Amino acid sequence: MNFIRFINGSIKLILKGSNAYYAWLFFLIVLAVWGAFGYADQLNEGLITTNMRDSVSWAFYIGNFTFLVGIAAAAIMLVIPAYIYNWKPIKEIVIFGELLAVCAVIMCIAFIVVDIGNPLRFWHMLPLVGTMNFPYSMLSWDFFFLLAYLIINLTVVTHLLYCIFYKKPYNKKMVQIIVLISIPMAVGIHTVTAFLYNALPARPFWNSALLAPRFLASAFCSGPAILIILFQILRKITKFEIQDKAIWTIAELMVYSMFIYLFFTIAELFKEFYSGTEHLLYWKYLLFGIGDSKEIVPYSWSSITMGFIAFVLFLIPKTRKNFVTLNIGAVLIYTSVYVEKGIALIIPGFTPDVLGQIYVYTPSMTEIRTAAMIFSLGFLLFTFLVKIAIAIVFENYRISDISKKEKHLMREMPTT
Amino acid sequence: MKQNKTRRSFLKNISLASMAALTATGCNMKELDEFFQRNFRTLSDKEKEDIIKNLEQKYKQKYNKEFQVSAQPAMEQVEFAYALDLSRCVGCRKCVYACVDENNQSRAPQIHWIQVLQMEKEKGIDFAHSDVHYNPEKVPEKGHFYLPVACQQCRTPQCTTVCPVKATWQEPDGIVVIDYNWCIGCRYCMAACPYGARHFNWGEPEVPEEELNTDVHYLGNRPRIKGVVEKCTFCIQRVRKGKYPSCVEICPVGARKFGNLLDPESEIRYILENKRVLVLKEELNTQPRFYYFFGV
Repeated sequence: MNFIRFINGSIKLILKGSNAYYAWLFFLIVLAVWGAFGYADQLNEGLITTNMRDSVSWAFYIGNFTFLVGIAAAAIMLVIPAYIYNWKPIKEIVIFGELLAVCAVIMCIAFIVVDIGNPLRFWHMLPLVGTMNFPYSMLSWDFFFLLAYLIINLTVVTHLLYCIFYKKPYNKKMVQIIVLISIPMAVGIHTVTAFLYNALPARPFWNSALLAPRFLASAFCSGPAILIILFQILRKITKFEIQDKAIWTIAELMVYSMFIYLFFTIAELFKEFYSGTEHLLYWKYLLFGIGDSKEIVPYSWSSITMGFIAFVLFLIPKTRKNFVTLNIGAVLIYTSVYVEKGIALIIPGFTPDVLGQIYVYTPSMTEIRTAAMIFSLGFLLFTFLVKIAIAIVFENYRISDISKKEKHLMREMPTT
Repeated sequence: MKQNKTRRSFLKNISLASMAALTATGCNMKELDEFFQRNFRTLSDKEKEDIIKNLEQKYKQKYNKEFQVSAQPAMEQVEFAYALDLSRCVGCRKCVYACVDENNQSRAPQIHWIQVLQMEKEKGIDFAHSDVHYNPEKVPEKGHFYLPVACQQCRTPQCTTVCPVKATWQEPDGIVVIDYNWCIGCRYCMAACPYGARHFNWGEPEVPEEELNTDVHYLGNRPRIKGVVEKCTFCIQRVRKGKYPSCVEICPVGARKFGNLLDPESEIRYILENKRVLVLKEELNTQPRFYYFFGV
């Protein structure tokens, strides 16, 4: 009963808001509907509506999936510095980080669902009812980890909000333990995702031990970028108190990650280009194209350029501490990692294909629309969750508010 | 086993509950049964029989033809292997199309289980400089040789290891097969296969009715649906009855050899003994049962 009230109260919250809030919702819904019609085509015709073919059998969807695993992981890893540097609003950072993680994981699973040929058979992957290929298949591991991660984060964040809502003391010990478990889990989900690609000897482009470390480093660039922007918005519109210093520290940590990422990539590039084996082909395709097939080159160089500008903006203390340039940098690094994971990671793994043939892939309209659908629904969910969390955490939205109204209504009702 | 049964009845109950909604959309009980059908390897012989009977009926309705669906298991003391004579192959692609006909591969979108690569003689076996779309008036072209590639039926297959749902596995006679009713279409196996041997039904497969081969195996050439992966099975429907794969039969230059590794008198054993063979990408430790050799 109490929980139903909590849900009811939450629904009331998300329906109310400013004009800007409604405009944002409207934008997301329009985008989602536009995307959903594209996805409907794919459901009818099959994956032939995408530009994937036998040569390039995974592409944009699985790239988006990988990117979002990074976001989900980084959102929680941010809790570590929050503890170490003892930023004041630690509970709030945990709550918003976990909300982001929950949405990102849901979007991840959505991207797997749209990528598989028979979405209705998804249950074959589940333990007990299906035949999960555990422990051999990395995809089984990944799915299992993501599911566990989703449940853990959902439990913590719901428990916290629920307790604040009912003015009950939350179970501090349990929350602390689960958060402590979810931190290595966060590292785990992204590592397992890297292992998904990493352990395929057929694909030399991914078959490098540096892949998992590079994944983690790049995730620590893109994930906090969203949170930096979110924290600034929260600070403006709520009583959320996060000091400039905390934001700058996040930015500083991002510079370290960018540097580590850059270092790993250079190490990889050096090995490939200096040894110049046949494995060089994939990097060549990514950076320069092979023959006339240069379609992917703009993606890779735009990602590199954006990443590099962001690195410089974050590196120089003056631009790091200026919120305009900081935010530009955050958007740039987010986009850079998105393009890198969405296209530049996956496509060269398949081009040239295992028999040396080149099939030029760029995402089709159906793929873009389906991705737009998932992203807008994901953002919609995130917006709703953040809205509820803001009301409960900062605006003292409590059970008493609802019960008062209910009593009020009761009185107004005519008695027979 | 008992646990499986309760699981099954649990699934049945759910299915009954959702019946009403599904019948409205034109679903019948058989389709539901098919939806809840379990992994082929966990089925009892009786269940397999029922499924095959239903399948034959379904094909009759759909294609208006009598199908013979077999689920013949591997024979004892048999391990199949293949050898291809690179010095004979002329790149005519007759095997490609014989395979398409025999195995009911989709014509549009086009699926070819065999890819023939044209290679430059000077470069040797070099995939990066090979061409699968060669199209001259006459083959063989000067300065080139041909390397047909299909499933290498590895002894340590990567594709079966990565499958998240155990929808693909290696049979006792060495053939790697797929349960098309269990495959979810994630295509992880395609990322893992070093030989491009796995093919996906990106759209609804199309085979002209008059060209359908009705002599089919459950794990082989029966008609597929969209969204599942398929691959060469050494013509499982033929070889388990003692016939040659159809690519071996059609080859006009006799470049293709096939047989039982465990039979000391077989041609394949003769080749291994008397010719020098090679396997593709041996550095990946896939240990193929598909050998290449130079006969002359």
